[in-house]
Amino acid sequence: MEQRKISWFNITSLVLGFSFLYLPIVILVIYSFNASRLVTVWGGFSTKWYVSLLNNEQMLDAAWVTLRIGFTSATLATILGTLAAMVLARQGRFFGRTLFSGMIYAPLVMPEVILGLSLLLLFVAMDQARGFWTIMIAHTTFAMCYVAVVVQSRLAGFDKSLEEAAMDLGCPPVKTFFHVTLPQILPGVAAGWMLAFTLSLDDLVIASFTTGPGATTLPMKIYSQVRLGVTPEINAVCTILVGIVTVGVITASLITKRQQLQRERDERMAFAANQH
Amino acid sequence: MDREVHSQAYTKSRLGRWALIAVPYAWLLLFFLAPFVIVFKISLSEVVVSIPPYQPVIDWANGLAGVLDTARQWSFDNYIWLTQDAIYFKAYLSSLQIALIATAITLVVGYPIAYGMARAPKAWQPTLLMLIILPFWTSFLIRVYAWIGILKNEGLLNQVLMSLGLISDPLIILNTNAAVYIGIVYSYLPFMVLPLYSSLEKMDGSLIEAAEDLGCPPMKAFWQVTIPLSVPGIIAGCFLVFIPAVGEFVIPDILGGSETLMIGKTLWVEFFRNRDWPVASAVAVVLLLILVIPIVLFQRQQEKQREAA
Repeated sequence: MEQRKISWFNITSLVLGFSFLYLPIVILVIYSFNASRLVTVWGGFSTKWYVSLLNNEQMLDAAWVTLRIGFTSATLATILGTLAAMVLARQGRFFGRTLFSGMIYAPLVMPEVILGLSLLLLFVAMDQARGFWTIMIAHTTFAMCYVAVVVQSRLAGFDKSLEEAAMDLGCPPVKTFFHVTLPQILPGVAAGWMLAFTLSLDDLVIASFTTGPGATTLPMKIYSQVRLGVTPEINAVCTILVGIVTVGVITASLITKRQQLQRERDERMAFAANQH
Repeated sequence: MDREVHSQAYTKSRLGRWALIAVPYAWLLLFFLAPFVIVFKISLSEVVVSIPPYQPVIDWANGLAGVLDTARQWSFDNYIWLTQDAIYFKAYLSSLQIALIATAITLVVGYPIAYGMARAPKAWQPTLLMLIILPFWTSFLIRVYAWIGILKNEGLLNQVLMSLGLISDPLIILNTNAAVYIGIVYSYLPFMVLPLYSSLEKMDGSLIEAAEDLGCPPMKAFWQVTIPLSVPGIIAGCFLVFIPAVGEFVIPDILGGSETLMIGKTLWVEFFRNRDWPVASAVAVVLLLILVIPIVLFQRQQEKQREAA
């Protein structure tokens, strides 16, 4: 939109809108430092809920399981999703392409209850013992679709002729991918990994369906506690999670911004050097 | 010889191409498509008290004869059951209704935000965009949970309203449909704002200036110029909120009450509490059939957008 003066109405709606988005989280964080067990009454500042969290074995176990599932499924989903993005962006038409792109886009809009139920029934039919690995496979499956979409948009924005030039000069396809394509799409791949990781960290429904005895993830633990009521301890867990994600996202965006500036500077310098 | 090397390389690259396609393809066939076939299959079987709690529907062991034999035993009883118990019909209808109303509220709440973002100085826009996307990265469960403390009878909202003297008795919001609407609007707001912002941001501001120069009052210019030009954003945003909201489980379960009837919750209860896997599968198949319509419409609209661009 062409620049016109921002009106008071615009500013008010922005302030109200962003307060609506952020106030609940801010309140949750503030009340995690509440000394009183009654969550709605302020009893002074205290970090005791964080200390009691450190002694809560079950919560720590759940956190450890969640992190392990997150790391493995995000890594696998990034590999599979990047392959899928290469197929969609670079392989043109092939037999079964419509089905393939359908299977990539469908999980993005599919209700979680259906994804969870269907995967559980598959694992039962395969007579597979459920637990860590089944949750990991389930998370990989839906996260790879998000990765594919993110990486594909990055691939679409970069010049295919670079790859073609490398291959014309005799560089084998695999080497071309690692030396030409991957460095270009790396920000997209990294964003895809982070997205896959947070999706896995966040998921309650699919994990509940595909879990087995012994594998309780953090969202499942939080959910079972929430059903019993709001406690400052859950507020503390949530605050830690929100903190990790916020720091991660902001750091990532700062890094990409710096890399972009660096690249632009390099290009300018190369250009200037060329002029001499 | 040169030719031979070339054809070898050609065969190799073709093999490579098929290997590249085959790996993600096989994964999705096994872990996305096959499960749906199984859901459909189990929705046609009968519930039994055992582990797993359903009768196998296809007897693969006896080959084709066994398959044909069991195919004759397929029953649509679970689907007939869905039509006989009014609770399922009501749950589907009320899910659609709740999702529709929540989508409309999200549009009304989201539009001024997206409009304000598009009007903001260019230098602010990346930061504002980041602020809209950031909540999307934080846990859905946590964001829904955060509302319990606010909406409770003795929660913050009631405390504030009562201390201001606006109300004398606490408003009962938690465990009602109102809380579900708040939850959906809150959780899905970024999905609405992003497409709206991207269509408003592209808009040519001189069109409004032209309208105003020609004596069109600002409100009229907004309704007759801005709104029609942002229709693609409105459609995309509404689909992005509506489709996932229909099958939502976490929000109605945590914020809703006994009056809240949503199909995602019904499926969950059918599966985990009643342990009736065949009926849960039938519920899932019907939900999928209902959602296919908006999903296909959405995909079409997106393709049209892409062609127009």
